[in-house]
Amino acid sequence: MALLEIRHVSRRFGDLKAVDDVCLSIEAGEFFTLVGPSGCGKTTLLRLIAGFEEPDTGELLLDGQTLAGVLPEQRPVHTVFQSYALFPHMTVAENIAFPLQMAGRSPDEIRHRLQDALDLVHLADKARQLPHQLSGGQKQRVALARGLINKPRLLLLDEPLAALDAKLREQITAELIALQREVGITFIFVTHSQQEALAVSHRIAVMNAGHIEQVDAPEQVYGYPRNRFVADFIGTVNLLPVEVREAGNDRLRLLVAGVGEIVSMPAAARTGERGAFAVRPEQLDIIADGERPRLDNQFKGTVQDHLYLGDVTIYKIALPNGAVLEAMRANAAPGRARFLERGEPVQVGWRRQAGVYLRD
Amino acid sequence: MRRTKRSLWLWAAALAVYAFLYVPLAVVVLFSFNDSLLNAEWIGFTTRWYALLFDDEAMLGAAANSLLIALIASALATLLGTLAGIAMQRWPVGVLRCLPLLVLAPVAMPEILLGVSLLLFFRQVLDLTLGLISILIAHVTFSIGFVAIIVRVRLAGLDESIFDAARDLGARPWQTFRHITLPLIRPAILAGFLMSFTLSIDDFVITFFVAGVGVTTLPLQIYSMIKVAVTPEVNAVSTLLMALTLSLIALASKLAPDALKARA
Repeated sequence: MALLEIRHVSRRFGDLKAVDDVCLSIEAGEFFTLVGPSGCGKTTLLRLIAGFEEPDTGELLLDGQTLAGVLPEQRPVHTVFQSYALFPHMTVAENIAFPLQMAGRSPDEIRHRLQDALDLVHLADKARQLPHQLSGGQKQRVALARGLINKPRLLLLDEPLAALDAKLREQITAELIALQREVGITFIFVTHSQQEALAVSHRIAVMNAGHIEQVDAPEQVYGYPRNRFVADFIGTVNLLPVEVREAGNDRLRLLVAGVGEIVSMPAAARTGERGAFAVRPEQLDIIADGERPRLDNQFKGTVQDHLYLGDVTIYKIALPNGAVLEAMRANAAPGRARFLERGEPVQVGWRRQAGVYLRD
Repeated sequence: MRRTKRSLWLWAAALAVYAFLYVPLAVVVLFSFNDSLLNAEWIGFTTRWYALLFDDEAMLGAAANSLLIALIASALATLLGTLAGIAMQRWPVGVLRCLPLLVLAPVAMPEILLGVSLLLFFRQVLDLTLGLISILIAHVTFSIGFVAIIVRVRLAGLDESIFDAARDLGARPWQTFRHITLPLIRPAILAGFLMSFTLSIDDFVITFFVAGVGVTTLPLQIYSMIKVAVTPEVNAVSTLLMALTLSLIALASKLAPDALKARA
């Protein structure tokens, strides 16, 4: 039995369907991520799980028990808020001990578990400080310790890294993964950042306009997006409009108007239908013009532009039909921003295993 | 160079305004220590007007009334105003949306209007004998708004999500109030109390209408004395009242720095 079962849950605010017929089941011990653009309903879904909102229709079950009518303070579900929501008048220790205090634990037990929690997030020396004396990363860790101390069945994290700078975000992300592994509590993490989602999760649910587009492991979501939205939202992708020429058992032949034919791995498709072919910039190879074809798919193009990012350079390659593909090339040899000039004729290609066909 | 000149003008203008405001008060203080019956020229230092003051039974009675009324009225106003302030901040929905207007109206209303309407209400509607009770009710009425504003400003300055966080972490509504809301708004509540206290102890206009004949407060007593003449005793009692009011306001502004802004 799943730890949390979300069954056909909808919640609307006026005309806006914030959450639209969402079904999810989350297993115990999972690091589960809800990702989507702002306004996609992920925060509303989180508030439904926490109990701050009740669904209009549908049902939430925790350990097989319905959560209908169970107040937020009664749910074994704690939240780490985006703003951390630390109590400004309480010390770090008082903040972290708050859930135990509310649960009416004995002073002895509180002292014990507080020490463990402080050690867990490396804040033992800050116990007597007030929140405003802490750095962003430390506040974040206090909020985490406070959310974990009373051993909730579920810990919800609402964009907890959004307020941190890039360097710290990377560090806290790593800490978060380690922490989740250590405590074994189920995390539901909400973010609009696909990088964070890919980095931390066991499974990702991609949300858009109130409903769930795809639920899968990070490499599945990235490698085999189910539709255009997922392909486009998770990472960067080149989308080419295509027509299916042959949907065979061993291969798929797709026609790109004005360019040529793509050979791809077999997928659900019907001959004659239209769709899109999605391929990632790092899957593309750039080959000097005139070289003999050695890839399954290889087309002529011209370098339109390039963007130097330090570790990699992004080249924009214009195809004969006007479509522009982004190709990424690692800058293994330092000191050069680019290997190709604007206007240079090249060939761009990829192996048949790269990329996926998406039905319309 | 030009900047110094401009700031010099600014300083001069500010100085003039403050002088206009505070020199009359300073004169009152000064002459309360003047060894002369006339407020005309400085003769010499004395404290005998203060001694006289503390022998004046009418004055002491009025002061006792004022203190009693101020204490009870500000306590009640603080309780009700705090609740109103919380309600205004937390539930700005439905009928409660016009709550701020209702609570704050007495703050902006001309005092004389409030005085007259309260008088009519007490006499014509409630048929209440004017006295301590009517003064108390009147003072509570005009103080609630001030407390509510101060508490609301304080609440508005807090991160909303801490109240959600408290619930989320297992606090029942009463526990959230006791452990989170109350400690955080305590300075505002105290400031509101002090503010109501100064409003109550200073009030003349409204009290004048609702006091009736039997009960006198300090401002009413001072007024009845200056109808005869501005004696040094009046200077002395005014000085004491001023000292009390100023120190309470100073304390209030220290407790809740935003509170005085809300009054403007």
